[in-house]
Amino acid sequence: MTEPKALAIRGLKKIYAGGFEALKGIDLTVEQGDFFALLGPNGAGKSTTIGIICSLVIKSAGAVEIFGIDIDRDFAAAKRLIGVVPQEFNFSIFERVGDIVETQAGFYGLRHGLAARQTEKYLRKLGLWDKRNEQARHLSGGMKRRLMIARALVHEPRLLILDEPTAGVDIEIRRSMWSFLREMNEAGTTIILTTHYLEEAESLCRNIAIIDHGEIVENTTMRALLQQLTTETLVLDLAEPLLEVPELAPYGVRRIEPTCLEVDIAREQDLNEVFQRLDAAGIRVRSMRNKSNRLEQLFVALTQSEGSAETLVHAAG
Amino acid sequence: MPQDDFAIASSRRAVFDANVVAFRTLLLKEIRRFLRIWPQTLIPPAISMALYFAIFGAIIGRRIGEMAGFDYMEFIVPGLIMMSVITNAYANVSASFFSAKFQKSIEALMVSPTPNSVMLAGFVAGGVARGLAVAAIVTVMAAFFVEIRIHNWFVTLGMLLLTAIVFSLAGFLNGLFADKFDDISIIPAFVLTPLTYLGGVFYALELLPDFWRTLSYFNPIVYVVSSFRYGFFGYSGDVPVAASFLAVALFAAVFWALSLWFLNRGIGLRT
Repeated sequence: MTEPKALAIRGLKKIYAGGFEALKGIDLTVEQGDFFALLGPNGAGKSTTIGIICSLVIKSAGAVEIFGIDIDRDFAAAKRLIGVVPQEFNFSIFERVGDIVETQAGFYGLRHGLAARQTEKYLRKLGLWDKRNEQARHLSGGMKRRLMIARALVHEPRLLILDEPTAGVDIEIRRSMWSFLREMNEAGTTIILTTHYLEEAESLCRNIAIIDHGEIVENTTMRALLQQLTTETLVLDLAEPLLEVPELAPYGVRRIEPTCLEVDIAREQDLNEVFQRLDAAGIRVRSMRNKSNRLEQLFVALTQSEGSAETLVHAAG
Repeated sequence: MPQDDFAIASSRRAVFDANVVAFRTLLLKEIRRFLRIWPQTLIPPAISMALYFAIFGAIIGRRIGEMAGFDYMEFIVPGLIMMSVITNAYANVSASFFSAKFQKSIEALMVSPTPNSVMLAGFVAGGVARGLAVAAIVTVMAAFFVEIRIHNWFVTLGMLLLTAIVFSLAGFLNGLFADKFDDISIIPAFVLTPLTYLGGVFYALELLPDFWRTLSYFNPIVYVVSSFRYGFFGYSGDVPVAASFLAVALFAAVFWALSLWFLNRGIGLRT
């Protein structure tokens, strides 16, 4: 018998009261243990999808199963398996940090002793134990984000849904949160992540769906998606200034500044040859980087046109 | 940590136990809330009731003399206690629930497996707790001015509890449909306060001309105050106590059913 999917969505539709069709019958599955990215521009339908999964939004049609439990049959049982970190801060800022987490444990039926132990466990893991007696309004933005993660984990969910968890936090905290989420995932928690930081999705997630105008426009592995890029543009910082653009055909080369070149490299070409040719021309390269995030190139192309992967990859180059 | 603690609560018993824990958690959260803001929740009723006792009881009351055969000061005590219960039970739930909606902290409860009935019961119990806490404070204050006598404990406590439940439920309905903070002050200002003042707190209905007396019988607070007064003195004017109990219980049942019906359909909460 095959194990149930962590999340299985079939034909999910949402039409809001004003007639706006936020979801147009999407299908989506997330395997157990996956680290899954759900991306899309603002208003694409990500938060509506998450809202339906955790009962904040009422679906218009379709089916949702959490680890094989149909939410129409036993939503309470399904909800016990989910932890949600929403996009906006949604706790009372006047409550104490420890109370916020422990109260959430109580809502999931954890008795006082266990709730207190779980609260301590996750406040310690997220570096908030020292703040347990402070009102939430005194926390920094990054701490508030971590508080919401602690609250979402206090009942040990098997599926953790994070809706832009690192929005507005500095790079150091963002990286520590990435490492925490990787640990959670390696320990067996299935994670669904929405984010506007595409390098975050690229760095963390194995599978990805891109949603736009209420439809899934791409649903594949991160590796397969990135392979759709046929051309990447590299930015080379040079040791000495150049007066004119060197001849590097068939590679496309542009001089951006006297000490900076952009080189387009197709997927079937290799970097060694580029460097051999540069070396032969007496050009020394000090450093090199991608012109833009690879996933971002694909994302922009996928969500800006009706288009398919074929149109996007050339647009991206 | 035993993994069973986090297993899906599959048996009825396990689900029931989890719901009891959720109810207790929400009730404690609500009690913590009104205790945290005690200068807004517990002190104002104490001050306003002290003023009522001082002005209407001690100062004006002496000139009024007796009301329906009772010392005027003594006469107004049950009504004043009931007035604070009505106001505070209502305000607690409407403000707490609407604030939770406004700052979206209600989502933490909505994403949990807590059933709507438990959510409703938790908020209502919070309102009842504040209503009873304020009733206790006002009763202690009244004891400085008059001797508190209880004729019938069952009627007194029963009506106190039922009234706190009914007005907590009414406050919940208000909070559910409120879109802005103004919306939770309109009904207390334009409906509850006039009905309470005209509900026989300060006078016996037999003082009124026939027309106004008949009209007063359409005011539900008349039944609440008169029955509560019966609990104190064994006097309720011509208001039938048993029928009042039935009517208040019926209101509680209707408000409960309505609130739950709205919650189950997501009205006012889910989109």
